[in-house]
Amino acid sequence: MNKYEIAIWIFMLAAFLGFELIRRVSPLLHTPLMSLTNAISAIAVVGAILITGAKDATPLSKTLGFIAVVASTVNLVSGYLITDRMLKMFKKRGGEKK
Amino acid sequence: MIETIFPILYILAAAGFIFAIKWMNSPTTARRGVVVGEVGMLLAVVGTLLRYEVVNYEWILIAFFVGSAIGVPIAYIMPMTAVPQRTAFSHACGALAAALIGTAEYYSHTPHGFVMAALALETLLGFLTCTASLMAFGKLQEILPGRPFTYPGQNFVNLGVFGAAVAIAVTLVFAPEKMWLFPIFIALSLVFGLLLIIPIGGADMPTVIALLNSYAGLSASAMGFALDNKLLIVAGALDGSSGFILSVIMCRAMNRSFTNVLFGAFGAIQSSAKETKEERPVRSASAEEAAEILDAARSVVIIPGYGMAVAQAQHKLREMYDVLTRHGVDVRFAIHPVAGRMPGHMNVLLAEADVPYDRLVEMEEINGDFSRTDVALVIGANDVVNPAAQTDKTSPIAGMPILRAHEAQTVMVIKRGMSPGFAGIPNDLYYMDKTLMLFGDAKSFVTNIVKELGTATAS
Repeated sequence: MNKYEIAIWIFMLAAFLGFELIRRVSPLLHTPLMSLTNAISAIAVVGAILITGAKDATPLSKTLGFIAVVASTVNLVSGYLITDRMLKMFKKRGGEKK
Repeated sequence: MIETIFPILYILAAAGFIFAIKWMNSPTTARRGVVVGEVGMLLAVVGTLLRYEVVNYEWILIAFFVGSAIGVPIAYIMPMTAVPQRTAFSHACGALAAALIGTAEYYSHTPHGFVMAALALETLLGFLTCTASLMAFGKLQEILPGRPFTYPGQNFVNLGVFGAAVAIAVTLVFAPEKMWLFPIFIALSLVFGLLLIIPIGGADMPTVIALLNSYAGLSASAMGFALDNKLLIVAGALDGSSGFILSVIMCRAMNRSFTNVLFGAFGAIQSSAKETKEERPVRSASAEEAAEILDAARSVVIIPGYGMAVAQAQHKLREMYDVLTRHGVDVRFAIHPVAGRMPGHMNVLLAEADVPYDRLVEMEEINGDFSRTDVALVIGANDVVNPAAQTDKTSPIAGMPILRAHEAQTVMVIKRGMSPGFAGIPNDLYYMDKTLMLFGDAKSFVTNIVKELGTATAS
């Protein structure tokens, strides 16, 4: 199997896994779920680091990479923090109250 | 040595993301999910920084710092009502990153064949999601008019722009050295993103935001194909399927198809349909009367909609919930899947106001209970309780699943006036004999009800 074929297999299996996992999430948590998956899509930061930090990076790719690292860090940091901030608010009745 | 460690870090990161989503299925484990998600991301970043290809760190660290300086305040300052905007903005950032990486990769390596195809897909999805999300942000933040904007031939223009972008992408795959085509490709992708959101109105935002979430993920996944990075493929695919499912759920909750949401410009067509209708009598009530009825009830179901968010009435509503619960009334909240501007929007607002989440009930679960409910209190919702969706086959919302508020013994509707809702569809619920209209601003009306309930206890 060449590497592209493996990549497509991985994509397909991960997509199905995603379908099955998301279907089980209660509508109660759809907003935090979307924030979380949005934060996970900040994984683009990996590509951004590889471009920006590369030995042979041209000034153009360094500039684009720099903006990409900034943008994906905004996505990553705000995504995770606000997801947690939202989830903190979900309390059950009779749960400990401050 | 390092080279053998980083694949392991990537695998652990992917496992972290999978567990993060898995644990989102219940509020009791969800916060643990966020933690493993964060650990996964940390492993991914560390694993990448350690790779031998990465030699220059200073710009990366500066970028981390700048990004955090922007991201942290956004996460803490944004009020909960602004969560849809924040999400749209965040989608724009993530998609922009993916698109720029694709662009940089194209100019530095000019790849061929499969890699170029993946790169083109990444760049196309990235740029269109970026501008589309910024448009959605503008509409949600009300910088731009929220009404759908349509003109004749709109769909032809949109498809034309999209077709041209795809045609250039295909050309580039076979002839990547035609560098002059790439900026045109970028411009077309950006323009298509804008055009895509122009005809979308506020009520369709939940579907569209979910769809943009999916595109941002698929763009990251395409990047994974281009860079031969399996972690990107997995994380992007998880995100892509998540967004896709959510948008399907949203479409189903409105009984509409994808194409209808994207190309139908809901709201624009119907607004002129039934404008001339004779004045029909409605019964209205004061806060005092409403408080009396609520206090005498055994079971109350509150149906919040986007109007509650606009009026910021959720905190007052929780006070009312507290008083009524103390008086022995069973109070629950019925949540329609598309209430608000993003999936689950109402739940977050009510949770913020400290309403316990086991009082927030989904549509399928609560619909059977309405006939045994004394009072259904509709606050800032309209189309999701319109019985015409089930009775009138010609109605624009025919077949849309609704909360069956009209089956309750008494229906109370807090509303500013008799103007029809977003979709411009008249609502027969308001004219029923058992319906009381409570005219006024949602927040101040609920405040008055709470006051009346308070004096009733004191006397």
